[in-house]
Amino acid sequence: MSIDRLRPVLWAVVLLVSLALPDAARGALTIEIVGSGATQLPIAVVSFRAEESLAQRISPVVAADLARSGLFRLIDAGGLNPVPHEPAQLNYEQWRTRGADAVVIGSVSRLPDGRYDVRFRLMDAVKQVQLAGYVYFARTDNLRLVAHKIADLIYEKLTGETGVFATRITYVVKRSSGFELQVADADGYNAQTVLASKEPIISPAWAPGGLRLAYVSFEQKKPIVYVQSLTTGKRQAVARHWGSNSAPAWSPDGKRLAVVLTKDGGSQIYLINAADGSGVKRLTYTSAIDTEPNFSPDGRHLLFTSDRSGGPQIYRMPVAGGRAERLTFEGTYNVTPRHSPDGKSFTFIKRSGTRFNVAVQDFATRQVQVLTDGDLDESPTFAPNGKLIVYATGVRGRGVLSAVSSDGRIKQRLTADAGDVREPAWGPLQK
Amino acid sequence: MKKLLLSVLMLGLVAACSSTPKEQDGAAVEDRKPGESVERPAVKPAETKPLTDKPFAGGPLKDPNNILSKRSVYFDFNSNLVKDEFKPIVSAHARYLQQNSGATMRIEGNTDERGSREYNLALGQRRADAVRQMMQLLGARGGQIETVSFGEEKPRGTGNNEASWAENRRADIVYKGE
Repeated sequence: MSIDRLRPVLWAVVLLVSLALPDAARGALTIEIVGSGATQLPIAVVSFRAEESLAQRISPVVAADLARSGLFRLIDAGGLNPVPHEPAQLNYEQWRTRGADAVVIGSVSRLPDGRYDVRFRLMDAVKQVQLAGYVYFARTDNLRLVAHKIADLIYEKLTGETGVFATRITYVVKRSSGFELQVADADGYNAQTVLASKEPIISPAWAPGGLRLAYVSFEQKKPIVYVQSLTTGKRQAVARHWGSNSAPAWSPDGKRLAVVLTKDGGSQIYLINAADGSGVKRLTYTSAIDTEPNFSPDGRHLLFTSDRSGGPQIYRMPVAGGRAERLTFEGTYNVTPRHSPDGKSFTFIKRSGTRFNVAVQDFATRQVQVLTDGDLDESPTFAPNGKLIVYATGVRGRGVLSAVSSDGRIKQRLTADAGDVREPAWGPLQK
Repeated sequence: MKKLLLSVLMLGLVAACSSTPKEQDGAAVEDRKPGESVERPAVKPAETKPLTDKPFAGGPLKDPNNILSKRSVYFDFNSNLVKDEFKPIVSAHARYLQQNSGATMRIEGNTDERGSREYNLALGQRRADAVRQMMQLLGARGGQIETVSFGEEKPRGTGNNEASWAENRRADIVYKGE
C-alpha cells in the first residue's frame, strides 16, 4: 500500500473504459479514459448501508472517481452476505483472495433536520488497519459532492497527492442557437448554465475562491470582460474600454485582474481591480501583441504571449514591472501559457508543423515535453493538484474536452451530449 | 425531547468542526466524531444584454452601386497589410467620414480558426487597426473609428479549408446604427 506501488511504470495497454453510471442521471459530459498507469492500486468500494433509498447513491460515484483517475483498479465488491459496513464485519482474508489491497466501507443515516449523515472508512486489507475515516452532513442535493469528497480523501491517502474530484470545471458550449458558459462537477455531472448568449463567449477564468468567473462576452458587438458571481448571477463589465477587452487572468488574492486592452493602440497587458474595473495600470509598453497573461501562484510574475520577436513566443515579467524574459525558443509558434499550481513549470500550446499540441516546460531545466498528439489542441489548464491538464481539441470537426496527466501517461476524453465544447478552465480547490 | 437533544448535539458538532476535514489517520470513526457540513450553493445564471442601436437611415452607404456599400477588406495569411485592390474601398470610406463629421464606424477584425483564440483576437485587432490607420492618413478623425476584434469567433466561412480561411482573414466596416 505504498505510494511506489501506485506509480505507473510504463504505459503498456490502452484501455477504453466507459464510466457512465447506470443508476445516476446522465451528465452533460461523459468521460472516457484512454490509457492508464500500468500499475493500478486494487481497491474495493462496498455499497454503503442504507444508500439504496437515496436519490443519489454514494459508493458508485466514489468508485467511478477512483477509476477515472487511472490510478486504481476496482475489485468486485458484490455477492457478499452480509454486506460489511463496519470494520468488525470485514473478512480480510476474503478481500485478499479477491485481490483488493484496500476496502472502502460506509453507511448513510438520516438526521432529524432532514440532512444525511454519511460516514466512510478506508481500510488497508493487507495490514488490516483503518487508513482514514470521516463523517459528512449534507442535504440530498449535495450527496454527489460528499461522494467526491470521500474519493478525494481516499485518493490523498493512497497516492499522497491532493484529490480534485470535488472541484468544478467551466467551459463554453457552442450550439446552433448560440453559446453557453457552463459550470460542471469535475466528473462532468451537474452541468449548469452560467450565461447563455447568441454571441461568442471566450476565456473563462476562475476567481481563486471558486465562486466568481471572469470571461469575455461579445454580446455588445465587441469583446468586453465581465466578472460574474456564480451564487447570485450578478455580473459586472470590468473592462469595457474603447476597442477590444479580453484575456482576463486573476491575481492569486482575487483582487486584481490582468487583462488585454487596445485602448491605447495595439494589444497590451493592463492590471485592473477585479471588483469594479478601476485602477487601470498599464504593464507592457511594446508595439507588438502582448496577450494571454497568467499570474504565477505567488502573484509576483506574469507569463504571457508576445510576438515582439516576430512570431508568438512565451515571456515572463515581474508584476511590479521590469524586463520581460523570453522563455520559449523551440518552434515558431508557442502560445497560451498557464502556470502549474506549484509554480515550477507551465503548460502551453506548441505548434509543430501544422499541429497544435499541449506541452509543458520546466522553469529550472527549460526542458519541453509535448503531451498530446491532436491536430488542433488549445486552451490547456492545470487541475489544482497539478496532476492533470484539461484542454480543448477537435475531433471530427467538433470541439471536445480532453485531459492528460502531466506525465502524459493517462488520457481522458470528456464528450458533451451535443454541441461544440471549448475553452475549459479547471476551478480551484474548494471548501 | 430525544430529538431535540440530538439536534442540539448535531448543531454543536457542526459548529465545532473546521471547514476542512481533519486527518484521522488510523483512528476509528466513532459515532460522534466531528464531521464536515457539506454545502455548495446552486449556480444562478445571468442574462446577456444585446446591443440596441437606433436603426440606420440608409443613403449612399446602402446603395449597391456605390463603392461605400463595399465593407470588407481581405488579408493574406499572417499579414495585416492592406492590399492595393482594397485601397479604393478604404479611401472611399475615409472620404465619407471626412465629409460627414458626425458619422462614426466600427472596424471589426477577423482571423481564421487556427491557433490561440486570444492571440487571434489580437491579430484581428491588428488588421482592424491597419485599416483605421489608412483612413486616418486619408483624413478621417481617430475619434470616428473604433477598432475591435472578433478574432476567430465569428467565422463567415465555416469550412476547414483554405477558401474558408481566406474568407475569414478580413476586416469589416460597420457604421454606427447599422
